[in-house]
Amino acid sequence: MSPIFYILAVLTIGGGLAAVLLKNLVHAALATTVAFAGLALLYLQLDAQFAGFAQILVYIGAVAILIVFAILLTRGSDLPKDGVFSRTWAVGLVIAAAVFAVLAWAVLQSVRAVPQQAAVPAVTVHDIGNALVGRYVLPLEIVGLLLTAATIGAVIVAMHEKERAK
Amino acid sequence: MGATTPLAGYLLVAALLFAIGLAGALVRRNAILVLIGIELMLNAANLNLIAFWRFGPHPELLTGMMFAIFSIAVAAAEAAVGLGLVIAIHRHTNSTDLDKMNRMKG
Repeated sequence: MSPIFYILAVLTIGGGLAAVLLKNLVHAALATTVAFAGLALLYLQLDAQFAGFAQILVYIGAVAILIVFAILLTRGSDLPKDGVFSRTWAVGLVIAAAVFAVLAWAVLQSVRAVPQQAAVPAVTVHDIGNALVGRYVLPLEIVGLLLTAATIGAVIVAMHEKERAK
Repeated sequence: MGATTPLAGYLLVAALLFAIGLAGALVRRNAILVLIGIELMLNAANLNLIAFWRFGPHPELLTGMMFAIFSIAVAAAEAAVGLGLVIAIHRHTNSTDLDKMNRMKG
């Protein structure tokens, strides 16, 4: 394994852990951004340039900003008095540990069955664009429709209810 | 450059990130943190898709790559609607604490 992979893995996992563990919500949002950036660099390491830059644009550019705005609008930066962890935190921790154990066991058991080395795929952004308007044009249209509907829906859900205020 | 790292390394990182996201979604009481946990789980799944695309037998078909790109788009829509819901609930109950949200009726 290359040392770059170790650095990126530590960055991603550390960001994720900090996001879950930090008490202050703003710090947690920043740690989430670090995890997103680590994942984008892992995509670049996997020779998936388009997905890596899409990850940077969508997650670091849009989702992180959305999270920060939601924290601002809900005054989430104040620390709650009765702790940040749920009453049933022990059960959640056990479930997460069990899920990780099962996944890691499956991965380690299948090391010999899956290919571990592969040639660098010769795929350019040009090919991705051709595939998007060729073979995958129907999913592309549906995603466009979904994004429009989700945007309108989010605005309607979060919009101030004027009828009730009257 | 990525070929020096075996597939299992990426899969283990993705599994660990998924477990961390699941723990965040189950353990925290703030609704925004639960959404962050869900985003981490979606990202871990995307890493799996990209890794399998990279090491799969036919990367030129772009199947895993396309799946990951569409998954990123759907996750963005999910985040927008989810955070809009959190803001609406906060306006209604003045709280984002999930332990206090125990009524179906507003």
